[in-house]
Amino acid sequence: MQNPNTISAFDVIGPTMIGPSSSHTAGALRIALLARSLAGGNAIQHVEFVLYGSFARTYAGHGTDRALLAGMMGMDPCDEGIRDAMTLADRRGLSYRFTVNTKTQRSHPNTVDICYETANGRHIRVSGRSIGGGCAVITAIGDTVVEFTGSYHTIIINNYDRPGAVAKITALLAEARINIAFMRLYREAKGDRAFTLIECDEAIPASISEQLGHLPEVESAIVVAAVQ
Amino acid sequence: MKSYKFKTATEMTALCDDAGIDLAELMIRREMELFGNTKTMIMEKMAGQWAVMRRAAGQAVTQPVTSMGGLIGGEAKRLAERLKNGMSIMPSVQGWASAYAMSVMEVNAGMGLIVAAPTAGSAGVIPGAFAALQEEKGYDDACMTQGLFVAAAIGLLIMSRATVAGAEGGCQAEIGTASAMASAGLVYLAGGDVRASCAAASAALANLLGLVCDPVGGLVELPCQRRNAVGAANAICTAESALAGIAEIVPLDEMIDVLYDVGKNIPESLRETAQGGMAIAPSAARRCRGCGTNG
Repeated sequence: MQNPNTISAFDVIGPTMIGPSSSHTAGALRIALLARSLAGGNAIQHVEFVLYGSFARTYAGHGTDRALLAGMMGMDPCDEGIRDAMTLADRRGLSYRFTVNTKTQRSHPNTVDICYETANGRHIRVSGRSIGGGCAVITAIGDTVVEFTGSYHTIIINNYDRPGAVAKITALLAEARINIAFMRLYREAKGDRAFTLIECDEAIPASISEQLGHLPEVESAIVVAAVQ
Repeated sequence: MKSYKFKTATEMTALCDDAGIDLAELMIRREMELFGNTKTMIMEKMAGQWAVMRRAAGQAVTQPVTSMGGLIGGEAKRLAERLKNGMSIMPSVQGWASAYAMSVMEVNAGMGLIVAAPTAGSAGVIPGAFAALQEEKGYDDACMTQGLFVAAAIGLLIMSRATVAGAEGGCQAEIGTASAMASAGLVYLAGGDVRASCAAASAALANLLGLVCDPVGGLVELPCQRRNAVGAANAICTAESALAGIAEIVPLDEMIDVLYDVGKNIPESLRETAQGGMAIAPSAARRCRGCGTNG
Protein backbone atom coordinates (compact mmCIF):
# COMPACT_ATOMS: atom_id res chain seq x y z
CA MET A 1 0.00 0.00 0.00
CA GLN A 2 1.28 3.42 -0.93
CA ASN A 3 -0.07 6.97 -1.02
CA PRO A 4 -1.47 7.26 -4.57
CA ASN A 5 -0.31 10.85 -4.90
CA THR A 6 3.32 9.75 -4.72
CA ILE A 7 2.95 7.29 -7.62
CA SER A 8 3.79 8.54 -11.11
CA ALA A 9 2.48 6.86 -14.26
CA PHE A 10 6.14 6.00 -14.88
CA ASP A 11 6.45 4.16 -11.58
CA VAL A 12 3.74 1.86 -12.94
CA ILE A 13 4.90 1.68 -16.59
CA GLY A 14 8.57 1.72 -15.74
CA PRO A 15 11.40 1.79 -15.05
CA THR A 16 13.03 0.90 -18.34
CA MET A 17 15.69 -1.57 -17.25
CA ILE A 18 17.99 -4.43 -18.11
CA GLY A 19 16.42 -7.67 -16.93
CA PRO A 20 15.84 -10.01 -15.34
CA SER A 21 15.34 -8.55 -11.86
CA SER A 22 15.37 -4.99 -10.56
CA SER A 23 16.81 -6.09 -7.21
CA HIS A 24 19.32 -8.68 -8.49
CA THR A 25 20.47 -6.82 -11.61
CA ALA A 26 19.80 -3.05 -11.60
CA GLY A 27 20.25 -2.75 -7.82
CA ALA A 28 23.52 -4.73 -7.89
CA LEU A 29 24.88 -2.51 -10.66
CA ARG A 30 24.03 0.55 -8.64
CA ILE A 31 25.95 -0.72 -5.59
CA ALA A 32 29.03 -1.22 -7.77
CA LEU A 33 28.57 2.17 -9.41
CA LEU A 34 28.55 3.83 -5.98
CA ALA A 35 31.53 1.76 -4.82
CA ARG A 36 33.44 2.77 -7.94
CA SER A 37 32.81 6.46 -7.31
CA LEU A 38 34.96 6.17 -4.16
CA ALA A 39 37.98 5.62 -6.40
CA GLY A 40 37.66 9.29 -7.31
CA GLY A 41 38.32 8.69 -10.99
CA ASN A 42 41.41 6.49 -10.50
CA ALA A 43 41.57 3.42 -12.74
CA ILE A 44 40.56 0.14 -11.07
CA GLN A 45 42.83 -2.88 -11.66
CA HIS A 46 41.34 -5.66 -9.61
CA VAL A 47 38.03 -6.23 -7.90
CA GLU A 48 36.70 -8.96 -5.63
CA PHE A 49 33.05 -9.49 -4.79
CA VAL A 50 31.72 -11.51 -1.87
CA LEU A 51 28.05 -12.36 -2.29
CA TYR A 52 25.65 -13.13 0.55
CA GLY A 53 22.09 -14.44 0.94
CA SER A 54 19.92 -14.48 -2.17
CA PHE A 55 22.78 -12.92 -4.17
CA ALA A 56 24.95 -15.91 -3.22
CA ARG A 57 22.30 -18.45 -4.20
CA THR A 58 21.03 -17.02 -7.49
CA TYR A 59 23.66 -14.62 -8.80
CA ALA A 60 24.55 -16.40 -12.04
CA GLY A 61 20.94 -16.93 -13.14
CA HIS A 62 20.13 -13.29 -12.48
CA GLY A 63 23.31 -11.96 -14.08
CA THR A 64 24.17 -10.29 -10.75
CA ASP A 65 27.88 -10.97 -11.39
CA ARG A 66 27.76 -9.27 -14.80
CA ALA A 67 25.79 -6.33 -13.38
CA LEU A 68 28.29 -5.83 -10.54
CA LEU A 69 31.21 -5.90 -12.92
CA ALA A 70 29.41 -3.53 -15.31
CA GLY A 71 28.90 -1.13 -12.41
CA MET A 72 32.62 -1.21 -11.59
CA MET A 73 33.25 -0.13 -15.19
CA GLY A 74 30.75 2.72 -14.88
CA MET A 75 28.17 1.28 -17.24
CA ASP A 76 24.64 2.67 -17.33
CA PRO A 77 21.88 0.46 -15.78
CA CYS A 78 20.13 0.47 -19.21
CA ASP A 79 23.23 -0.53 -21.21
CA GLU A 80 22.56 -3.64 -23.29
CA GLY A 81 26.28 -4.42 -23.08
CA ILE A 82 25.92 -5.51 -19.42
CA ARG A 83 25.47 -9.12 -20.51
CA ASP A 84 29.00 -9.00 -21.99
CA ALA A 85 30.59 -7.27 -18.98
CA MET A 86 33.11 -10.09 -18.44
CA THR A 87 34.48 -9.80 -21.98
CA LEU A 88 34.65 -6.05 -21.65
CA ALA A 89 36.50 -6.29 -18.31
CA ASP A 90 39.04 -8.70 -19.87
CA ARG A 91 39.59 -6.28 -22.71
CA ARG A 92 40.07 -3.38 -20.31
CA GLY A 93 42.51 -5.31 -18.13
CA LEU A 94 40.22 -5.33 -15.10
CA SER A 95 40.65 -8.62 -13.24
CA TYR A 96 37.85 -9.84 -11.02
CA ARG A 97 36.83 -12.62 -8.67
CA PHE A 98 33.47 -13.67 -7.26
CA THR A 99 33.09 -15.69 -4.09
CA VAL A 100 29.95 -16.71 -2.27
CA ASN A 101 29.46 -16.75 1.46
CA THR A 102 26.39 -18.74 2.46
CA LYS A 103 27.49 -19.22 6.07
CA THR A 104 27.52 -15.63 7.35
CA GLN A 105 24.02 -14.30 7.92
CA ARG A 106 23.78 -10.65 6.85
CA SER A 107 20.85 -8.50 7.93
CA HIS A 108 19.66 -8.08 4.33
CA PRO A 109 19.33 -10.96 1.81
CA ASN A 110 20.82 -9.04 -1.14
CA THR A 111 24.19 -7.99 0.26
CA VAL A 112 27.60 -7.77 -1.40
CA ASP A 113 31.08 -6.80 -0.18
CA ILE A 114 33.28 -5.20 -2.82
CA CYS A 115 37.08 -4.90 -2.39
CA TYR A 116 39.10 -3.28 -5.11
CA GLU A 117 42.51 -1.96 -5.91
CA THR A 118 43.23 1.14 -7.96
CA ALA A 119 46.13 1.71 -10.33
CA ASN A 120 47.69 4.09 -7.79
CA GLY A 121 47.74 1.33 -5.16
CA ARG A 122 44.74 2.23 -3.02
CA HIS A 123 42.62 -0.56 -1.51
CA ILE A 124 38.97 0.25 -1.04
CA ARG A 125 36.37 -1.92 0.68
CA VAL A 126 32.65 -1.23 0.50
CA SER A 127 29.49 -3.10 1.56
CA GLY A 128 26.13 -2.55 -0.06
CA ARG A 129 22.59 -3.86 -0.24
CA SER A 130 20.07 -3.94 -3.04
CA ILE A 131 16.80 -2.88 -1.42
CA GLY A 132 14.33 -3.40 -4.30
CA GLY A 133 13.13 -1.58 -7.40
CA GLY A 134 16.72 -0.99 -8.51
CA CYS A 135 17.59 1.06 -5.42
CA ALA A 136 20.69 0.42 -3.31
CA VAL A 137 22.34 1.50 -0.08
CA ILE A 138 26.03 1.60 0.75
CA THR A 139 26.27 0.35 4.34
CA ALA A 140 30.01 0.39 5.06
CA ILE A 141 33.22 1.94 3.78
CA GLY A 142 36.18 0.06 5.21
CA ASP A 143 35.28 -0.71 8.82
CA THR A 144 33.06 2.34 9.17
CA VAL A 145 29.32 1.84 9.09
CA VAL A 146 27.70 4.45 6.83
CA GLU A 147 24.44 4.84 4.93
CA PHE A 148 23.94 6.52 1.60
CA THR A 149 21.94 5.77 -1.53
CA GLY A 150 23.37 8.02 -4.20
CA SER A 151 19.95 9.62 -4.73
CA TYR A 152 21.50 12.98 -3.82
CA HIS A 153 24.79 14.58 -4.76
CA THR A 154 27.01 13.26 -1.99
CA ILE A 155 30.36 14.29 -0.55
CA ILE A 156 32.23 11.65 1.41
CA ILE A 157 34.90 13.24 3.53
CA ASN A 158 37.58 11.24 5.27
CA ASN A 159 38.61 13.53 8.12
CA TYR A 160 40.17 13.47 11.58
CA ASP A 161 37.84 13.48 14.56
CA ARG A 162 38.80 16.94 15.88
CA PRO A 163 36.87 19.96 17.22
CA GLY A 164 35.96 22.43 14.50
CA ALA A 165 36.39 20.07 11.55
CA VAL A 166 32.70 20.04 10.69
CA ALA A 167 32.43 23.84 11.03
CA LYS A 168 35.19 24.33 8.48
CA ILE A 169 33.64 21.86 6.06
CA THR A 170 30.16 23.41 6.20
CA ALA A 171 31.59 26.93 5.92
CA LEU A 172 33.22 25.94 2.64
CA LEU A 173 29.92 24.60 1.30
CA ALA A 174 28.06 27.71 2.43
CA GLU A 175 30.52 29.88 0.53
CA ALA A 176 29.87 27.84 -2.62
CA ARG A 177 26.12 28.29 -2.01
CA ILE A 178 25.49 24.57 -1.78
CA ASN A 179 22.50 23.57 0.33
CA ILE A 180 22.92 20.57 2.61
CA ALA A 181 19.95 18.18 2.54
CA PHE A 182 21.33 15.60 5.00
CA MET A 183 24.54 15.30 6.97
CA ARG A 184 25.88 12.46 9.11
CA LEU A 185 29.11 11.82 11.01
CA TYR A 186 30.74 8.44 11.53
CA ARG A 187 33.96 7.58 13.29
CA GLU A 188 36.04 4.50 13.96
CA ALA A 189 37.11 5.61 17.48
CA LYS A 190 37.26 8.88 19.45
CA GLY A 191 39.94 11.20 18.10
CA ASP A 192 40.64 8.77 15.27
CA ARG A 193 39.65 8.88 11.62
CA ALA A 194 36.07 9.87 10.84
CA PHE A 195 33.73 10.08 7.88
CA THR A 196 31.53 13.06 7.22
CA LEU A 197 28.80 12.25 4.74
CA ILE A 198 26.92 15.17 3.24
CA GLU A 199 24.02 14.88 0.80
CA CYS A 200 23.23 18.04 -1.17
CA ASP A 201 20.50 19.34 -3.44
CA GLU A 202 22.88 20.99 -5.89
CA ALA A 203 25.54 19.39 -8.04
CA ILE A 204 28.91 19.72 -6.33
CA PRO A 205 31.78 21.11 -8.43
CA ALA A 206 35.06 19.15 -8.37
CA SER A 207 36.83 22.27 -7.05
CA ILE A 208 35.00 21.77 -3.75
CA SER A 209 36.61 18.41 -3.09
CA GLU A 210 39.98 19.96 -3.87
CA GLN A 211 39.37 22.84 -1.45
CA LEU A 212 38.14 20.43 1.21
CA GLY A 213 41.26 18.32 0.70
CA HIS A 214 43.40 21.34 1.61
CA LEU A 215 41.88 21.62 5.08
CA PRO A 216 44.29 20.25 7.73
CA GLU A 217 41.44 18.22 9.29
CA VAL A 218 40.63 16.48 6.01
CA GLU A 219 42.50 13.56 4.54
CA SER A 220 40.41 13.18 1.40
CA ALA A 221 37.07 14.27 -0.02
CA ILE A 222 35.20 12.53 -2.79
CA VAL A 223 32.23 13.86 -4.67
CA VAL A 224 29.64 11.32 -5.83
CA ALA A 225 27.20 12.70 -8.37
CA ALA A 226 23.59 11.64 -7.85
CA VAL A 227 22.70 8.42 -9.64
CA GLN A 228 19.34 8.63 -11.38
CA MET B 1 -7.47 25.06 -10.27
CA LYS B 2 -9.23 21.77 -10.77
CA SER B 3 -7.52 18.75 -9.23
CA TYR B 4 -7.20 15.43 -11.04
CA LYS B 5 -5.98 13.34 -8.11
CA PHE B 6 -7.88 10.19 -7.21
CA LYS B 7 -7.67 7.32 -4.75
CA THR B 8 -10.32 4.95 -6.06
CA ALA B 9 -11.80 3.77 -9.35
CA THR B 10 -15.07 5.42 -8.31
CA GLU B 11 -13.35 8.82 -7.88
CA MET B 12 -11.46 8.27 -11.13
CA THR B 13 -14.70 7.62 -13.04
CA ALA B 14 -16.39 10.68 -11.50
CA LEU B 15 -13.43 12.90 -12.47
CA CYS B 16 -13.67 11.74 -16.09
CA ASP B 17 -17.42 12.42 -16.10
CA ASP B 18 -17.10 15.88 -14.51
CA ALA B 19 -14.36 17.07 -16.83
CA GLY B 20 -15.80 15.34 -19.89
CA ILE B 21 -12.46 13.66 -20.63
CA ASP B 22 -11.34 10.08 -21.16
CA LEU B 23 -9.15 8.08 -18.78
CA ALA B 24 -5.92 8.63 -20.72
CA GLU B 25 -6.40 12.41 -20.60
CA LEU B 26 -7.21 12.25 -16.88
CA MET B 27 -3.94 10.39 -16.19
CA ILE B 28 -1.96 12.92 -18.22
CA ARG B 29 -3.51 15.87 -16.36
CA ARG B 30 -2.88 14.11 -13.03
CA GLU B 31 0.76 13.55 -13.95
CA MET B 32 1.14 17.27 -14.83
CA GLU B 33 -0.51 18.32 -11.58
CA LEU B 34 1.46 16.04 -9.25
CA PHE B 35 4.88 15.96 -10.85
CA GLY B 36 5.01 19.33 -12.62
CA ASN B 37 6.02 18.11 -16.07
CA THR B 38 4.68 19.50 -19.32
CA LYS B 39 2.24 17.51 -21.42
CA THR B 40 4.83 17.20 -24.20
CA MET B 41 7.45 15.74 -21.82
CA ILE B 42 4.97 13.25 -20.40
CA MET B 43 3.74 12.14 -23.83
CA GLU B 44 7.28 11.76 -25.15
CA LYS B 45 8.38 9.72 -22.16
CA MET B 46 5.45 7.33 -22.49
CA ALA B 47 6.06 7.05 -26.25
CA GLY B 48 9.62 6.03 -25.33
CA GLN B 49 8.32 3.31 -23.00
CA TRP B 50 6.10 2.00 -25.80
CA ALA B 51 9.06 1.92 -28.21
CA VAL B 52 11.09 -0.23 -25.78
CA MET B 53 8.08 -2.51 -25.18
CA ARG B 54 7.39 -2.93 -28.89
CA ARG B 55 11.01 -3.76 -29.60
CA ALA B 56 11.22 -6.40 -26.84
CA ALA B 57 7.93 -7.92 -28.06
CA GLY B 58 9.31 -8.39 -31.56
CA GLN B 59 12.88 -9.31 -30.70
CA ALA B 60 12.77 -12.98 -29.66
CA VAL B 61 10.01 -13.78 -32.16
CA THR B 62 12.69 -13.75 -34.86
CA GLN B 63 15.91 -14.06 -32.82
CA PRO B 64 15.61 -16.39 -29.83
CA VAL B 65 17.45 -15.35 -26.70
CA THR B 66 19.04 -17.84 -24.32
CA SER B 67 18.29 -16.90 -20.75
CA MET B 68 20.95 -16.54 -18.07
CA GLY B 69 19.51 -19.49 -16.16
CA GLY B 70 19.03 -21.55 -19.31
CA LEU B 71 15.45 -22.56 -18.48
CA ILE B 72 13.86 -20.66 -21.36
CA GLY B 73 14.76 -19.55 -24.88
CA GLY B 74 13.16 -19.99 -28.32
CA GLU B 75 9.52 -20.30 -27.18
CA ALA B 76 8.37 -17.06 -28.81
CA LYS B 77 9.77 -18.11 -32.18
CA ARG B 78 8.09 -21.53 -32.01
CA LEU B 79 4.70 -19.90 -31.42
CA ALA B 80 5.30 -17.31 -34.14
CA GLU B 81 6.20 -19.96 -36.72
CA ARG B 82 2.91 -21.77 -36.23
CA LEU B 83 1.09 -18.46 -36.58
CA LYS B 84 2.97 -17.56 -39.74
CA ASN B 85 2.37 -20.87 -41.51
CA GLY B 86 -1.30 -21.04 -40.58
CA MET B 87 -0.97 -23.99 -38.19
CA SER B 88 -1.93 -22.10 -35.02
CA ILE B 89 -5.11 -23.15 -33.24
CA MET B 90 -5.34 -19.63 -31.76
CA PRO B 91 -4.58 -17.41 -34.74
CA SER B 92 -4.52 -13.61 -34.80
CA VAL B 93 -4.71 -11.55 -31.64
CA GLN B 94 -4.52 -14.18 -28.88
CA GLY B 95 -1.79 -16.17 -30.59
CA TRP B 96 0.42 -13.19 -31.31
CA ALA B 97 -0.20 -11.77 -27.83
CA SER B 98 1.16 -15.01 -26.35
CA ALA B 99 4.17 -15.07 -28.67
CA TYR B 100 5.02 -11.42 -27.99
CA ALA B 101 4.58 -11.77 -24.23
CA MET B 102 6.94 -14.75 -24.23
CA SER B 103 9.41 -12.80 -26.35
CA VAL B 104 9.60 -10.00 -23.79
CA MET B 105 10.31 -12.54 -21.06
CA GLU B 106 13.09 -14.12 -23.13
CA VAL B 107 14.62 -10.68 -23.59
CA ASN B 108 14.27 -9.98 -19.87
CA ALA B 109 15.82 -13.30 -18.81
CA GLY B 110 18.65 -12.72 -21.31
CA MET B 111 19.61 -9.35 -19.77
CA GLY B 112 17.96 -7.30 -22.49
CA LEU B 113 16.13 -3.99 -22.21
CA ILE B 114 12.51 -4.12 -20.99
CA VAL B 115 9.97 -1.90 -19.25
CA ALA B 116 8.79 -3.11 -15.83
CA ALA B 117 4.99 -2.99 -16.15
CA PRO B 118 4.32 -3.09 -13.31
CA THR B 119 7.29 -5.41 -12.55
CA ALA B 120 10.06 -7.11 -14.52
CA GLY B 121 8.45 -10.50 -13.84
CA SER B 122 5.24 -9.36 -15.53
CA ALA B 123 6.88 -7.21 -18.21
CA GLY B 124 5.51 -9.27 -21.13
CA VAL B 125 1.77 -8.96 -20.52
CA ILE B 126 1.06 -5.41 -21.68
CA PRO B 127 3.47 -5.36 -24.66
CA GLY B 128 2.14 -8.77 -25.73
CA ALA B 129 -1.54 -7.84 -25.69
CA PHE B 130 -0.98 -4.30 -27.01
CA ALA B 131 1.34 -5.21 -29.88
CA ALA B 132 -0.98 -7.97 -31.07
CA LEU B 133 -4.01 -5.67 -31.09
CA GLN B 134 -2.06 -2.89 -32.79
CA GLU B 135 -1.20 -5.19 -35.68
CA GLU B 136 -4.73 -6.53 -35.97
CA LYS B 137 -6.41 -3.12 -35.92
CA GLY B 138 -3.69 -0.89 -37.35
CA TYR B 139 -3.63 1.60 -34.46
CA ASP B 140 -0.77 4.10 -34.65
CA ASP B 141 1.87 4.46 -31.94
CA ALA B 142 0.26 7.63 -30.56
CA CYS B 143 -2.91 5.61 -29.84
CA MET B 144 -0.86 2.89 -28.13
CA THR B 145 0.80 5.51 -25.94
CA GLN B 146 -2.64 6.76 -24.84
CA GLY B 147 -3.58 3.17 -24.03
CA LEU B 148 -0.54 2.91 -21.76
CA PHE B 149 -1.82 5.82 -19.67
CA VAL B 150 -5.08 3.90 -19.16
CA ALA B 151 -3.08 0.82 -18.12
CA ALA B 152 -1.06 3.00 -15.74
CA ALA B 153 -4.26 4.26 -14.08
CA ILE B 154 -5.28 0.72 -13.15
CA GLY B 155 -1.78 -0.16 -11.96
CA LEU B 156 -1.63 2.88 -9.76
CA LEU B 157 -4.92 1.98 -8.06
CA ILE B 158 -3.57 -1.49 -7.31
CA MET B 159 -0.19 -0.17 -6.09
CA SER B 160 -1.90 2.22 -3.71
CA ARG B 161 -4.68 -0.05 -2.37
CA ALA B 162 -2.89 -3.40 -2.56
CA THR B 163 0.54 -4.48 -3.83
CA VAL B 164 2.27 -5.45 -7.08
CA ALA B 165 5.12 -7.36 -5.40
CA GLY B 166 5.12 -11.13 -5.78
CA ALA B 167 6.88 -11.46 -2.42
CA GLU B 168 3.92 -9.74 -0.79
CA GLY B 169 0.88 -10.76 -2.84
CA GLY B 170 1.93 -13.74 -4.98
CA CYS B 171 1.89 -13.94 -8.77
CA GLN B 172 -1.72 -12.66 -8.85
CA ALA B 173 -0.26 -9.31 -7.72
CA GLU B 174 2.19 -9.24 -10.64
CA ILE B 175 0.59 -11.09 -13.59
CA GLY B 176 -2.91 -10.37 -12.27
CA THR B 177 -2.20 -6.65 -12.09
CA ALA B 178 -0.45 -6.55 -15.47
CA SER B 179 -3.39 -8.40 -17.02
CA ALA B 180 -5.91 -5.98 -15.49
CA MET B 181 -3.85 -3.03 -16.74
CA ALA B 182 -3.62 -4.50 -20.23
CA SER B 183 -7.32 -5.36 -20.31
CA ALA B 184 -8.37 -1.81 -19.38
CA GLY B 185 -5.99 -0.45 -22.01
CA LEU B 186 -7.35 -2.74 -24.75
CA VAL B 187 -10.91 -1.62 -23.94
CA TYR B 188 -9.80 2.00 -24.32
CA LEU B 189 -8.06 1.30 -27.63
CA ALA B 190 -11.19 -0.41 -28.95
CA GLY B 191 -13.32 2.63 -28.02
CA GLY B 192 -14.70 1.60 -24.63
CA ASP B 193 -15.27 4.15 -21.85
CA VAL B 194 -13.82 4.38 -18.35
CA ARG B 195 -16.57 2.17 -16.87
CA ALA B 196 -15.87 -0.57 -19.40
CA SER B 197 -12.13 -0.32 -18.66
CA CYS B 198 -12.79 -0.75 -14.93
CA ALA B 199 -15.10 -3.71 -15.56
CA ALA B 200 -12.45 -5.34 -17.74
CA ALA B 201 -9.76 -4.81 -15.09
CA SER B 202 -11.98 -6.27 -12.38
CA ALA B 203 -12.69 -9.37 -14.47
CA ALA B 204 -9.01 -9.81 -15.32
CA LEU B 205 -8.07 -9.75 -11.63
CA ALA B 206 -10.88 -12.16 -10.75
CA ASN B 207 -9.66 -14.73 -13.27
CA LEU B 208 -6.17 -14.88 -11.80
CA LEU B 209 -7.02 -14.60 -8.08
CA GLY B 210 -4.88 -16.82 -5.90
CA LEU B 211 -2.12 -17.37 -8.46
CA VAL B 212 1.02 -18.23 -6.50
CA CYS B 213 4.58 -17.04 -7.13
CA ASP B 214 6.80 -20.13 -7.34
CA PRO B 215 9.81 -19.38 -9.55
CA VAL B 216 11.96 -22.41 -10.37
CA GLY B 217 15.41 -21.82 -8.91
CA GLY B 218 14.26 -18.39 -7.74
CA LEU B 219 14.78 -17.08 -11.29
CA VAL B 220 12.49 -14.91 -13.42
CA GLU B 221 12.10 -17.62 -16.06
CA LEU B 222 9.63 -20.39 -15.28
CA PRO B 223 6.71 -20.41 -14.80
CA CYS B 224 6.95 -16.61 -15.26
CA GLN B 225 7.30 -16.65 -19.05
CA ARG B 226 4.25 -18.88 -19.67
CA ARG B 227 2.17 -16.93 -17.18
CA ASN B 228 2.91 -13.72 -19.05
CA ALA B 229 1.32 -15.34 -22.10
CA VAL B 230 -1.70 -16.35 -20.01
CA GLY B 231 -1.93 -12.82 -18.58
CA ALA B 232 -1.97 -11.35 -22.08
CA ALA B 233 -4.58 -13.83 -23.32
CA ASN B 234 -6.71 -13.19 -20.23
CA ALA B 235 -6.53 -9.46 -20.91
CA ILE B 236 -7.96 -9.94 -24.42
CA CYS B 237 -10.69 -12.25 -23.16
CA THR B 238 -11.83 -9.91 -20.40
CA ALA B 239 -11.57 -6.79 -22.58
CA GLU B 240 -13.86 -8.45 -25.13
CA SER B 241 -16.36 -9.30 -22.38
CA ALA B 242 -16.40 -5.72 -21.12
CA LEU B 243 -16.80 -4.36 -24.66
CA ALA B 244 -19.76 -6.72 -25.09
CA GLY B 245 -21.33 -5.04 -22.06
CA ILE B 246 -21.10 -8.08 -19.79
CA ALA B 247 -21.54 -6.66 -16.30
CA GLU B 248 -19.21 -7.54 -13.41
CA ILE B 249 -20.81 -8.13 -10.03
CA VAL B 250 -17.72 -6.96 -8.08
CA PRO B 251 -16.59 -3.42 -8.93
CA LEU B 252 -12.86 -2.73 -9.41
CA ASP B 253 -12.28 -1.06 -6.02
CA GLU B 254 -13.71 -4.08 -4.20
CA MET B 255 -11.79 -6.48 -6.43
CA ILE B 256 -8.51 -4.76 -5.57
CA ASP B 257 -9.29 -5.23 -1.87
CA VAL B 258 -10.06 -8.89 -2.59
CA LEU B 259 -6.69 -9.23 -4.37
CA TYR B 260 -4.89 -7.82 -1.36
CA ASP B 261 -6.81 -9.99 1.07
CA VAL B 262 -6.12 -13.16 -0.94
CA GLY B 263 -2.44 -12.18 -1.20
CA LYS B 264 -2.12 -11.97 2.56
CA ASN B 265 -3.56 -15.48 2.81
CA ILE B 266 -1.03 -16.99 0.40
CA PRO B 267 1.58 -18.81 2.51
CA GLU B 268 5.11 -17.45 2.43
CA SER B 269 6.40 -20.57 0.67
CA LEU B 270 4.32 -19.49 -2.34
CA ARG B 271 5.40 -15.85 -2.40
CA GLU B 272 8.62 -15.68 -4.44
CA THR B 273 10.68 -17.71 -1.98
CA ALA B 274 11.13 -20.70 -4.32
CA GLN B 275 10.23 -22.89 -1.31
CA GLY B 276 6.96 -24.24 -2.69
CA GLY B 277 4.72 -24.83 -5.68
CA MET B 278 6.30 -25.66 -9.02
CA ALA B 279 9.71 -24.61 -7.68
CA ILE B 280 9.92 -27.76 -5.55
CA ALA B 281 8.39 -30.23 -8.03
CA PRO B 282 11.04 -32.98 -8.37
CA SER B 283 11.44 -32.52 -12.14
CA ALA B 284 11.73 -28.74 -11.85
CA ALA B 285 14.33 -29.07 -9.10
CA ARG B 286 16.29 -31.63 -11.18
CA ARG B 287 16.10 -29.50 -14.31
CA CYS B 288 17.38 -26.53 -12.39
CA ARG B 289 20.64 -28.10 -11.33
CA GLY B 290 23.26 -25.86 -12.86
CA CYS B 291 20.67 -23.36 -14.06
CA GLY B 292 22.53 -20.49 -12.48
CA THR B 293 21.53 -21.08 -8.91
CA ASN B 294 24.30 -21.90 -6.54
CA GLY B 295 23.50 -24.43 -3.83
